[in-house]
Order: sequence, then C-alpha cells, then structure tokens
Amino acid sequence: MKNLKILLVDDEEKFISALADRLRLRGFIVTTELDGEYAIEKIETESFDVMVVDLLMPRMGGIELLKRIKYSGIDTPVILLTGHGSSKEGIQGMKLGAYDYLMKPIAFEELLDKLYKASSAN
Amino acid sequence: MNPFLKIADSVWFINDDVEGNRRYVRLKRIIALSVVTVSLVPMIIMAGINFHQYNSSLRNEIIKPLHDLTNKAARSFDRFFKERSSAISFISAMYSFEELSNPKLFNKLFMVLKSKFREHVDMGLINENGVMVNYTGPYDLINKDYSRQNWFPKVVYKGVFISDVFMGYRNLPHVAIAVLHIKDDGKTWIIRSTMDTDIFDEIIYNMGIDQQADAFLINKKGILQTSSRLYGKVLSRCGINIPQTRTGTHVEELTDFAGRKLMVAYTHLINSDCTLVVIKSKSIVLKTWFVLKTDMLVVFFVGICAIIVIVMGLTEKLVKRLKVSDKKRLLAVKELEHNQKLSSVGRLATGVAHEINNPLAVINQNAGLIMDMIEYNKFDREIFKEKINVINFSVERAKKITHRLLGFAKRIEVKFEVLRINEIVTEVLIFLDKEALYKNIEISLSLSDELPLISSDRGQLEQVFLNILINAFDAIGNNGHIYISTSIADESMVRVSIEDNGNGISKENLPHIFEPFFTTSTAKGTGLGLSITYGIIKKLGGDIKVNSTLGKGTCFEVNLPYEKLGEKDEKFKNSFG
Repeated sequence: MKNLKILLVDDEEKFISALADRLRLRGFIVTTELDGEYAIEKIETESFDVMVVDLLMPRMGGIELLKRIKYSGIDTPVILLTGHGSSKEGIQGMKLGAYDYLMKPIAFEELLDKLYKASSAN
Repeated sequence: MNPFLKIADSVWFINDDVEGNRRYVRLKRIIALSVVTVSLVPMIIMAGINFHQYNSSLRNEIIKPLHDLTNKAARSFDRFFKERSSAISFISAMYSFEELSNPKLFNKLFMVLKSKFREHVDMGLINENGVMVNYTGPYDLINKDYSRQNWFPKVVYKGVFISDVFMGYRNLPHVAIAVLHIKDDGKTWIIRSTMDTDIFDEIIYNMGIDQQADAFLINKKGILQTSSRLYGKVLSRCGINIPQTRTGTHVEELTDFAGRKLMVAYTHLINSDCTLVVIKSKSIVLKTWFVLKTDMLVVFFVGICAIIVIVMGLTEKLVKRLKVSDKKRLLAVKELEHNQKLSSVGRLATGVAHEINNPLAVINQNAGLIMDMIEYNKFDREIFKEKINVINFSVERAKKITHRLLGFAKRIEVKFEVLRINEIVTEVLIFLDKEALYKNIEISLSLSDELPLISSDRGQLEQVFLNILINAFDAIGNNGHIYISTSIADESMVRVSIEDNGNGISKENLPHIFEPFFTTSTAKGTGLGLSITYGIIKKLGGDIKVNSTLGKGTCFEVNLPYEKLGEKDEKFKNSFG
C-alpha cells in the first residue's frame, strides 16, 4: 500500500504531535494543523488522502471545517475526533458528509483501520 | 416588591435557628390567641345573655310569691280594719245619741260586738264637744275630755280614725278605732273602741311565712306596730328604712341598719297609716339562684379552661408539625439547590468531558508513541523523558479538572469564610473558558484591586456566578461578548456585574425571571436556576438586579455585603493575602 497522506487538525498540540509521530513510524505522510483556518489554507494548496479533524477547536470547529471542505468540492474523506464523550456530535458530522468519527481518547489500531478504509473508499 | 419575589423569598429564604424559633413562638402565640378569642368571645357573650336572662326570670320566680303573699296579707289587714270600723259605724247609725247614751244598751251593744270581734277591749261614746258621755269597759273614762287629743280633729275631719299602736292602762299594746256619726239635723257623736293587737300577730301568723322570714307592721315613723323577729318588740324602732311615699306592693333589695342584705316586700295599708313589711334574707331567698349561678360559673370556667388547654395542646401540635414540615421543606430546598448545582455541572459536562478526554488522549498517544519507539527500537532517552513529562503534565491537568468539579459539586452546607470575590469569579470562569473559546465568546474582565474581603459561602457564590454565566452563554449562543466587572457598590456592598450582548429578555418576562419554575419556551433549563440564584443571594444578605434590552443584551448586578474588618481581622487579611 502506498504511503497515505494524512492531515491532522487539532488544537491539542501534544496529542497531535504524538499521533503524527506514531503514524509516521508506520509510513504515513502526516501534516498537522492547530485549527480549522490553517487547515483550510493547507488544503487549498495540498491534497490529502484522509483528514482527521477534531470537532472542538477555537476560531473554526470541526463541523464548520467539514462544511467548508464539502462546500469547496474537496472529496477527501474526513474522520472526526470528538472529546465530548458522546457519539451525538460524531453522527451529526457524518450526516454532513464525514466518513466516520472516533471518540477521544482514540484506540490507535481503530484509527489505522479507519484511515485505510477511508483511503480505499475514496 | 413583585409578589412572586415574595413567594421566591419564602421558598428559598432559610432562617437561622434563633430567628426560626422566635418565629414559631410568635406563630404559636398568634394561633392560640386567635383560636381562644374566636372560641371564647361568643361563649362569653352567650353566657352573659344567659346569665342575665336566668337572673331576671329566676328573680321574678322567687320575688313574685313574696310579692303576692305581702299583697294578700295587706288586704287581710285592710279587711280587718274595714270590718271593725263598719261594725262601729253600723252601731252608730242604728241608734240615736240618746239611746247610745243609755249605759245598759251601750253595754249590750258592746257585748254583741265583742262576741263577734273578741279583740275589742272597750267602747265609748263621745259627744261633739269631745267629752266621753258613755263608756263600757275596764276603765273609768266617763266625762274624760278628748277634744284636745290629736286624734280628735282627725276623726272629725276624716270620719274614721285608726290610731297607731299605743300601750294602754293595762300596759298592753292597743289600737283605737274612732268613727264619727253625723245625724240629719247636724248633731254629731263619735264611738271609739280600743282593741288588743294580738289579732295582728294572728293575721301575720296566718300568712304562713317560713321561719327565716319576718313580717310586721310599722307606722309612718318607722315604729313597729307588731313585734318583729329581727327588730324586737312592738313600739321598737324598725331597723330598716321603708320608703313611705309609694303606693302598691313593692319588693326591693335593701340593707338594714345592721348591714344585713334583705329582700323586703312592703305595702301601705289602705285603711290605716301602717305599712306591712315582709322580710327575707337575700341569701335565703336567692339561694336557688346562687346555686344555679355557681353551677353556671363552674361550667363556664371549666369550659374556658378546657378550651384553653385544648387550644394550647393543638397549637403546640400544629406548630410542631409545621416545624417538621418546614425542616422537610428546608431539606427539600437544599436538595433542590444541590440538584440545581449538579444540573449546572451537567450543563458543563460537554466542556468538562472535553477537558478530561483531551489530556487522556494526550496520555494515550504519548504512551503509545513510547511503546512504538520501543517496538521500532528507536531508543531516545531525551524523547522518552519529554513524552513522560507530557504524560505527567496531562495527568495533572485532568486531576485539576476533576478536583475542581468535585469540589464545586460537593459544597452543600453553608460555610461562611473570608473570601476574595475576584477569586470566586475567576475560578468559575475556569469551568467555562474552553466553552467560551469554542463558541468564540470573548470574556472581558475588569476586576477591581481595591475590593474588601467579604464573608460569604464559596460554594454558593460559585453557583450564583455559574448560573448567571450559563444564562449569558445560552443567551449569546456563538460569537459574543461577556463583560465581567467587580467594584465597591457603596459603604457596605461589593458589586459583581455580568453583562452579555446576547438576545436579552423581553419586558414581559423580565419581572418573572426570579420566580421559581419560570422558563421561556426557548430556554433550556428547569426554571430554577435564577430563582435559586435569587434565594442564595438573599440568604447571603445581598441583592440582585437585572437590566435587559431585547436584542441587545442583559446585565446582572450582584451586590454582596462586606464587613469592615477589625484589627484582628486585619491580621487575618494580611495572612490571607
């Protein structure tokens, strides 16, 4: 399998850097952004196989980012991360076009599984 | 004051023990007094009316027989005098002066008279000059001149004269009857007869009065004309003043010269200047009434005592039950306050979950990374240390959140302590800063450094500010501004103002927002948040005001009392900060 390009968007820097390192160890090409505004700028210039986006972020949250991505016509699958402890926000995101969602703290193997599935679905 | 806020006061305001006990004592007094008054006033009025009616009817029942007896006896005396004077008038009319002057005939006529009326002692014929011209009897009274005696003109004037009782030559009480006769030719004479007064005692005896009673005749001067059980023998002074001017039979309560209270019946005789008096001791006459009165009074006072005892007992029971129900209410209010507090915490759950899940995610991924590095044989001591530090930091971060949350939820009992109001405000904001961040709500703080310390309850103040801030967040939704300022309101209050630029409250709803269970159709809560906020602030001795403009925002002003600290407290203040 080719090395997947992943965009991780989350305001929790220590989380996203550790996650990115783990993915990189497994051969993923990972880019990280700390909020939705930066992510929008990034996806306008670069394409990704899968995006992993946190729901709650300052300035622009995950839902708003998802809407913007879909509005721009970008069909990169988006996996949402939610720290709310409930699936309500995740399901809402899927209705808006997200590929799937995961609840924090995430199970890494599950994330890998969803990344592969999302990339192959695209 | 809005009446609903009064209700809110009564629902949420919790008295301290001393004031509470005073309130119960006051309440007990008011209830007992009201019930006793309501019960006793009609009872006293009814008893008074009954007393009066019994008094008058029973007195009439008792007095009437005495009245009738006296009246009947008086008529007997009148009849007696009438019969005697009629008999003498008859003798006078049947015979001429010359015939009457005949001693033999005169003696025979007297004998006939005496055979009918044995009390007659003698009889004499007096000519128009007042000289006794004929006499039959035990004394030698022939030629005795009566013209200068005071009764003579009276008989000439009235035709009949009945004297007062006097002691005769035999030293026995007598009464004299003198009858004037006027012939057609103008010649006049008088027949005078004296009688023993024993017959009076007989008439009185025949009245049938009981042994405790007394009956006697008195003349106009109050001299006894018959002997009296109470006042002595005939011709003694009567020991009681009998009114002389009234006609008819009367019964009165009089006091005699010896101070005895007596029921006195009296009537003036028609054919004599005497008055018949019947006396009974008041205590004996009214004995029945006194017994009845005593019984009535006993029943009345026993009734009053019973009412008072029952009312006191019931009031005691009622107030005790009220106390218990108030205690239950107090517990329910506390429970409600606590539940509302938990509900506030629940309202924060999203933010809190996020705040805990994020450090957990950090821990999870950093631990996973360490494991990966071991598996991939990438041992780097510095990276390991860095990742472990990140993990420890995240653990601390999660711990802080859970401790703060638990600390907030656990504070149930009211505990007054010296506090800095600014610290409370900033502490509450920690719960909300992430939500503010994600909702793009800017929170501006203008906290005065000059604020005095306040003595208040930390947990309850946190609840107050949290409730107001949650309302502000709900009113704003996304993208807004909250201004929080603290200042000294006046010489006794510090003020915390929380203003938002949310959708505001309508004029119609504004007066009701502190009412329990008031909620608008768009509001998310139970309708208790602001009501409890109001109750807590009142309980803490403060007040809360709200200004709002629909579409522009709302400003809550919370004023809390501060006490001027003494020297001792200054030391505390210094150690405090």
